[in-house]
Amino acid sequence: MNVIAEISRWAIPLLLLLIPVIAYLRKVPVYESFVEGAEEGFKTGVRILPFLIGMLVSIRVFVDSGALNILSHWLQPLFALIGLEADFAAIIPLAIMRPLSGSGALGVATQLINEYGPDSFIGRLASTLQGSTDTTFFVLTVYFGSVGIKKYRYALKLGLLADIIGLIVSVWIVTKVFY
Amino acid sequence: MVNLIWLLMLAIGIIVSAFNGHIENVTISAMKAAELGVEVAIELIGVMSLWLGLMRLAEEAGLVKGIARIFGPAIRRLFPSLRPDSPALGAIIMNLSANILGLGNAATPFGLKAMQELQKENPTPDVASPAMITFLALNTSCITLIPATIIGVRLKANSVNPTEIIGTTIVATGCAMFMAILVDYFIRRRRKT
Repeated sequence: MNVIAEISRWAIPLLLLLIPVIAYLRKVPVYESFVEGAEEGFKTGVRILPFLIGMLVSIRVFVDSGALNILSHWLQPLFALIGLEADFAAIIPLAIMRPLSGSGALGVATQLINEYGPDSFIGRLASTLQGSTDTTFFVLTVYFGSVGIKKYRYALKLGLLADIIGLIVSVWIVTKVFY
Repeated sequence: MVNLIWLLMLAIGIIVSAFNGHIENVTISAMKAAELGVEVAIELIGVMSLWLGLMRLAEEAGLVKGIARIFGPAIRRLFPSLRPDSPALGAIIMNLSANILGLGNAATPFGLKAMQELQKENPTPDVASPAMITFLALNTSCITLIPATIIGVRLKANSVNPTEIIGTTIVATGCAMFMAILVDYFIRRRRKT
């Protein structure tokens, strides 16, 4: 596992070094090309701004109102079906939050880890969940929005299906390994 | 479906706030979230510009084509509708690599770049193409070898073994990704016939 962690630590510095050096050796005007490419960053950022704001407002109003906790309570029987014991119901808000908002989910996960301890069952499950599913809803609206796609077809269903599988397997494997 | 979920979250949030007698929270939350949206976008402009600048260098040096040639054969099977030399493949591979290594803020610029390239080959500009849906399914379910952020959180919370969740994360993401690829494959096959 340490090897993988080292690769992750070195990946960006190495890319920052190797790409410009190779480009220079291949006679690319490195600085000018870099600036040309970077220009696109601004346009893309501005283009996705309305989608970010729209999504964040709706999610924040929902979560801050306390509706997330009510929904978590209602959904508890469903989570019991996939093997989550009632003692660990504190994890449910995170599971709901995860596909909606990355920063929101990270906040919930951090709070769970600090409250129950990183090496508790809930702490480990929260860590695994946070690391293993993505903010599907968010990625979809921003990515599609950035190129002007209005009809998502089956994309959302497929993404959410993957999230549910990730959730079920997370509960199963953490129970199996750590409980 | 997105329109409905968006409306439901907003409306339910407001109704619950009203019932709890904290209706003024809605105003604060909405304003704060709008501000946060700008912050996130501004930050993203910085990282996007950095990575898209590097991406341009890599393209002009022929590196992106090289990477696409090495990993292309495996990835191309998942995207049968793309031209074999499609520039989208390079961006897709870079995005997935960044995801696998847990480099979240490098993944987004490559992902948005991939979407732009995919859009160029999309015959119906306002409807998602099958290649886009496959890409997004891969992107959101992608196997993660280093969940870097959460390891940092665990470290700060004084975990005895902050990296012990790497194994469980790999299993969970691996299963999710496998299912996403499988289901996507069957949906595409069924829609074609």
